[in-house]
Amino acid sequence: MTDTETRLKALMLRGLDGDAAAYRECLAGLGVRLRAYFARRMSGAPGDVEDLVQETLLAVHLKRSTWDASQSFTAWAHAVARYKLIDHWRRRKVRQTLPIEDHIEFLAADEPEPGVGLELDRALASLPEKQRILVTDVKLTGLSLAEAGTRAGISEGAAKVALHRALKALAERMRRADG
Amino acid sequence: MRTDDLIDALAQDAQASGRGPTRAPPKRLAMVAGLGALAALVLMLAWLHTRHDLMPAMRGGMFWMKALYTGALGLAGYLAIERLSRPAGSGRRGWMLGGAVLGLFALAGVVQAMMSPDIQMALHMLRGHSWHVCSRNILMLGLPMLGLGLWAVRGMAPTRPVAAGFATGLFAGGVAATVYGLHCAENTFTFVALWYSLGVLSLAVLGALIGRWALRW
Repeated sequence: MTDTETRLKALMLRGLDGDAAAYRECLAGLGVRLRAYFARRMSGAPGDVEDLVQETLLAVHLKRSTWDASQSFTAWAHAVARYKLIDHWRRRKVRQTLPIEDHIEFLAADEPEPGVGLELDRALASLPEKQRILVTDVKLTGLSLAEAGTRAGISEGAAKVALHRALKALAERMRRADG
Repeated sequence: MRTDDLIDALAQDAQASGRGPTRAPPKRLAMVAGLGALAALVLMLAWLHTRHDLMPAMRGGMFWMKALYTGALGLAGYLAIERLSRPAGSGRRGWMLGGAVLGLFALAGVVQAMMSPDIQMALHMLRGHSWHVCSRNILMLGLPMLGLGLWAVRGMAPTRPVAAGFATGLFAGGVAATVYGLHCAENTFTFVALWYSLGVLSLAVLGALIGRWALRW
């Protein structure tokens, strides 16, 4: 289990230094853990699990500067996930308490299949067309940001800014989706 | 959209922006303090002016004692919010420093009042010349930094919104009260321990009230 911490932390550090492949692998590994974490706590609403996984990954990405690299990465990510889950319940007016939990349990080994998230698509649909095209078109292997920008009719520099804005808007809209 | 596709978009964004637009909390909080102190200074100069005896006062001990006290309160707020702006962060170090300096100054204030020859003299120290405006002035000088600070912390990841708001207010209050010391000529522990502290704490309470709903993400 501490292997997971060592592996994800190393990947995250490389990702922060600009290694996109490492960053991608880190988020993918974290996604698996998040799915298992939410699935165990939301057996009543399996449809919401993937929504929360996606909302949490967006938050992890946008808030990554608040991770202190001298601390555990998985403990930080667990705290983000826990906050998102409690916030989800609060907004849904579900009365539920989350016991203080050790983040080691967050690293447990089960790996449920990815579900289908609906909120992200709803949030995407409400974005301006150019931003939407960018988010759906960029792939790490495949269409680069420059190419996706060309398809959306904007320069690479503008595409960078637009992608970042789009992700921030998505995070905000998903957060408010079930308010 | 599949989660894997979302991760692709996030990785592209990370590569494009690096650490650039998302500076770590200490740097952003330092900017808040710099801009907040500047705003308080401009406001103080335009609205209240500096005390007439500023130069001679700066050679005395009490001027610096006041600055040390309010500066320590601001530092306590900084220490707390630097941790509380991160998920699961604890403000303990900040609260301990804040509680300790507040306690020390309150003690000094009480001792000074008790050492005065009669009750009239003690009351006079407590009221000073400006007891009716002191806390309010500190509150006003701190508002720009409080707004700026809450906005910055909202962009971070606080998971305890009330505590984070309180810490942001304490941070702003300490800075504002330090700037206010350039205007205010009161020079007793008794006065400062009561009215300065109330001004700083009013910003902290205001921060907690706003933080409760504003510091969500």
